[in-house]
Amino acid sequence: MSKSNSNMDAISKPLATLGRSVLFFAQILGSFRPDLKQLRAILGQVYFIGARSLVIIMISGFFVGMVLTLQSYVELSKFGATDSVGAVLALSLFRELGPVLTALLFSGRAGTSIAAEIGLMKATEQLSAMELMAIDPVKRVIVPRFIAGVISLPLLSMLFNLLAVAGGAAYAIYIMGIDSGIFWGNMVASVEFQSDFMMSFWKSLAFGIITSFVAVFSGYFTTPTGDGIGRATTQTVVVSAVAVLIVDFLITALMTWT
Amino acid sequence: MSEDLIKLTDLSFAWGEKVILKNINLSVPRGSVVAIMGPSGVGKTTVMRLITGQWVPTSGTVEVAGQCVSSMSHKNLYKMRRNIGVLLQNGALFTDLDVFENVAVPVREHTNLPEALIRRLVLIKLESVGLRGAVDLMPSELSGGMARRVALARASVLDPSLMLYDEPLAGLDPIGASTILRLIRDTNDAMEMTSVVITHSVEDMMELADYAYIIASQSIVGEGTPEELRQNTDPRIVQFLNGAIDGPVPFHYPADDLHQDLLG
Repeated sequence: MSKSNSNMDAISKPLATLGRSVLFFAQILGSFRPDLKQLRAILGQVYFIGARSLVIIMISGFFVGMVLTLQSYVELSKFGATDSVGAVLALSLFRELGPVLTALLFSGRAGTSIAAEIGLMKATEQLSAMELMAIDPVKRVIVPRFIAGVISLPLLSMLFNLLAVAGGAAYAIYIMGIDSGIFWGNMVASVEFQSDFMMSFWKSLAFGIITSFVAVFSGYFTTPTGDGIGRATTQTVVVSAVAVLIVDFLITALMTWT
Repeated sequence: MSEDLIKLTDLSFAWGEKVILKNINLSVPRGSVVAIMGPSGVGKTTVMRLITGQWVPTSGTVEVAGQCVSSMSHKNLYKMRRNIGVLLQNGALFTDLDVFENVAVPVREHTNLPEALIRRLVLIKLESVGLRGAVDLMPSELSGGMARRVALARASVLDPSLMLYDEPLAGLDPIGASTILRLIRDTNDAMEMTSVVITHSVEDMMELADYAYIIASQSIVGEGTPEELRQNTDPRIVQFLNGAIDGPVPFHYPADDLHQDLLG
């Protein structure tokens, strides 16, 4: 009997979470009103979520670009194709590494912060106080953080790509001694706006929706205790990372086959 | 007695199979201060959450100003809450806003008053709780009693007709507690409000309340004016009012036989 109950739980709990997340997502979309109060709150959150993630994104981007160039240079030099290092760098960044790494960094930096903040607001009854003051916490707390995350991630991803290209270029041109004309020329020739640049944008937009939603969902539905908040932050990183990698494959497959 | 602002009729509430409240009948006349008392964990805060419509009763009805709360639409529920001020146990101040902005939240949300008027309104409310000088402080810089007073200013800033206080004295020193008690009575009388105070602080409530209900064992075990309750001989009320360790509310949580547990 107990085994059968645990089997039922193993099926019903994930289904209940899925159902709850779909309803919550619909509630967020339904609570979005482009009024002045909400727009002001969104802008404030873009600063807290986006602007405060700039340092980690920029530093990471720069070093990812350099290490990618170094690794590519070592392998390409075996085939005498070191001139293509700029093209390899740009294609890897725009198609995969830029949006994926930015999303992973974003969920670790901003996603955990959002989940912990909302979880703490729940634990200290701030969300309850809002409801009692006839203020919808989804409208005033969740929507601004969600929308700000969706806006911020594509922007951060572009910045990550920019810094990574700069880091790669600096390493290739000034340390490896590759001709700058060849480096930039090959990069420009191989990167296409629609299939590369826009793929980066669409991916980062999708990842922005995923990581922001996972963060607000984890915080809002956490058990309002210290332990619960800890689990919410961990869940934010783990679920976001897995979901980002799965969706990355799906978008790549979709855009490659169509 | 004037007409009732709150009326709970045959109210029951359960979490799954666990019954919290059973057949509660309670009314709060307009203009009065009514205390709902009882031991910890007996379901006093549940009553507050049922009055505000945060939870829905398993059976029975909750009426506020003649309207059935449990059958209200989301929109009407929020409309009703605009006329209710709630002081939660820990104050629940917004930690990212200073004192001024905390008190201004309901005004900004529900009115379109100009900034100069909002400032005056907030300062008047803070003056009434003695904290106009703390207007620029953050919640982390306030003591427990000060935070409770700011929360009281916030809850009453729109002059609601009903104030609900959930354990307003919990964790406060004697000065903080007597300040809050005085503010509850003064606010109620000056603004012609109705107040419901949920508490287990017997002596303080016997001084403050016009009428009191005692909840124990899922239901109301006693009610009346403070004087009537003092005269009551029901052992559950006597134990609660005297703070006796053992009695109808047992000291020991139900367990197996001690000898069997220790010696096997």
